[in-house]
Amino acid sequence: MRNRFVIWTISTVIVAGLLMAVTTYFGQTPAPAYRAPRTADGKPNLNGIWQALNEANWDLEAHAAGFSRVLALGAADATPPGLGVVEGGPIPYLPAAATKKKENFEKRVTLDPEIKCYLPGVPRAMYQGMPFQIIESPNVIMMAFQFAGAVRTVNMGKPTEAPADSWMGWSNGRWEGETLVIDSTGFNDQSWLDRAGNFHSDQLHVVERITARSADTLNYEATIEDPQTFSRPWKISMPLYRRVERNAQIMEFKCVEFVEDLIYGHLRKQPTTSR
Amino acid sequence: MVGPTLKKRRMQMSRRFLVSICILTIILLATLSVAGQAPATGAKAQPAAKAYKAPRTPDGQPDLQGYWTNATYVPLERPNGVTKEFYSKEEAVQLEKRAAERETEQTEPGTVADVHYDFTQFGLDRNQSTFASSMRTSMIMDPADGKLPPVTPEGQKRAADRATERRRMGPTTDAVQNMPIGTRCIIMAGSGPPMMNSGYNANYQIVQGPGYVMILTEMIHDVRIIPLDGRPHVSPNVRQWMGDSRGRWEGETLVVETTNYNEKNPFRGASQNMKVTERFTRTDANNIDYKFTVEDETTWTRPWTAALPLKTSVGPIFEHACHEGNYGVRNTLAGARAEEKRAAEAAAKKGSQ
Repeated sequence: MRNRFVIWTISTVIVAGLLMAVTTYFGQTPAPAYRAPRTADGKPNLNGIWQALNEANWDLEAHAAGFSRVLALGAADATPPGLGVVEGGPIPYLPAAATKKKENFEKRVTLDPEIKCYLPGVPRAMYQGMPFQIIESPNVIMMAFQFAGAVRTVNMGKPTEAPADSWMGWSNGRWEGETLVIDSTGFNDQSWLDRAGNFHSDQLHVVERITARSADTLNYEATIEDPQTFSRPWKISMPLYRRVERNAQIMEFKCVEFVEDLIYGHLRKQPTTSR
Repeated sequence: MVGPTLKKRRMQMSRRFLVSICILTIILLATLSVAGQAPATGAKAQPAAKAYKAPRTPDGQPDLQGYWTNATYVPLERPNGVTKEFYSKEEAVQLEKRAAERETEQTEPGTVADVHYDFTQFGLDRNQSTFASSMRTSMIMDPADGKLPPVTPEGQKRAADRATERRRMGPTTDAVQNMPIGTRCIIMAGSGPPMMNSGYNANYQIVQGPGYVMILTEMIHDVRIIPLDGRPHVSPNVRQWMGDSRGRWEGETLVVETTNYNEKNPFRGASQNMKVTERFTRTDANNIDYKFTVEDETTWTRPWTAALPLKTSVGPIFEHACHEGNYGVRNTLAGARAEEKRAAEAAAKKGSQ
């Protein structure tokens, strides 16, 4: 009787051990998650200068290499190919929005707000290809972007409502364990999502999840919801990389000056012909 | 060149812009009616209370965080005829009252001048929002006469050359590049550093993270990110509108040194060699003593120092998307071209008669 119990216990332990070994071997159990270093007040420390290293700003969706937007720039401006950052298939545009996206693409040289040095909006600012800096404090997390000197103020206190629509939106953040979750609304309908004409309306609602995945990389995810433009919420995800240069800093890219002749050149007393 | 779709878009944009301005105004007014009633009390021009120790951030820096304003009527240089460094409390109150009255009078409702930038309508007058009062007769405290030091011969020549170049460029209505940089939404002339008060929205937000102090200037959402790790300045090849800032803590005081200016926004005629050293010291819960020293031996015969206090303001800071809504520049240029066309047509008509 007693022996039988011992044998039963031993075999159970062996079977359980085998099972565990098998599941681990086949990758069923997730690898232990990375735990970010902590700030002095105990929050995951995401401070630093970060940058996307992908082709999302050219086109969020998978795309082959393509022609330059400007004949004169040849290969220098040719679209680099990208595997896409949209999870689970194409962006679910509503029929009218799909038509508009196509038009945007065709007229992108005149319509893309990036070309006019307008504020990039969210999520585009996060993967526009220039660095941005996260400055974390207990009540507020600032994100300062090199492009156009754009800035996001993420309120970490009690969530507040957007007082008016804006380019960069109104962001409320919270910590969910290792993850910084940012809920943003209050957007205008002027910014785009990339250079391919992907766009949104002022009903845009973005929920971002930022998690450290190693000392020098972050996982960045954004769920994009806009019932006026898309048939369902959809998600993009990508890593962000730390600028590890010891002297890395956000430099000035005040691009207004660079686009004045483009925007107002035809209104000069002597119209601008080139540049 | 401008297609009908684009035109429609612009009209929508301008309508949206107006709507947002209206909403902002309502919010501003609502905020002011709550917060702006109390008369400004920041009359602590002298940092007498040396004993104050600021609260600390989690990583141990003296805490300067929050919303601040340096809105003031105190001029940079002491007015002629004034010989003392400080006004009496009564004199300061009277001067502020008169300055506020002048500001309110700046436009006549219903006149052409009323159309553009009637600050009183938008609640943007300095006296309508939180205000950093000071009894100083001038921001400049050194030299003791409250005036800028004499300009060097090189500085005088530079000023003359700049004036000549400016005349050569022609009227402001000829091209956007002839307009003031603030009008062009590049940077406000007073955004600095040093942080001079802008005429309106003289608001700042300070956020501190490990190793950094960040200052967001409301006007044109200019961000200053100041590293505190003692790294050297960027290469002299790099010239920036706001220069390149490096900070360090000296006890309770944040000392920020800025160089590498681009000379396109010359502060009081300075050259790109200008070095600005700012000192921020929190003197109590609601006040930061802010002083700055300007050194540029190619412009002034000696360094000079000025003070303008920062006082707690009301947040949050709204997005100042200046360039994106810059109808002023477009309309000014388009108006000037239309005027020229009309004048040319009138002249042609006259000639043919």
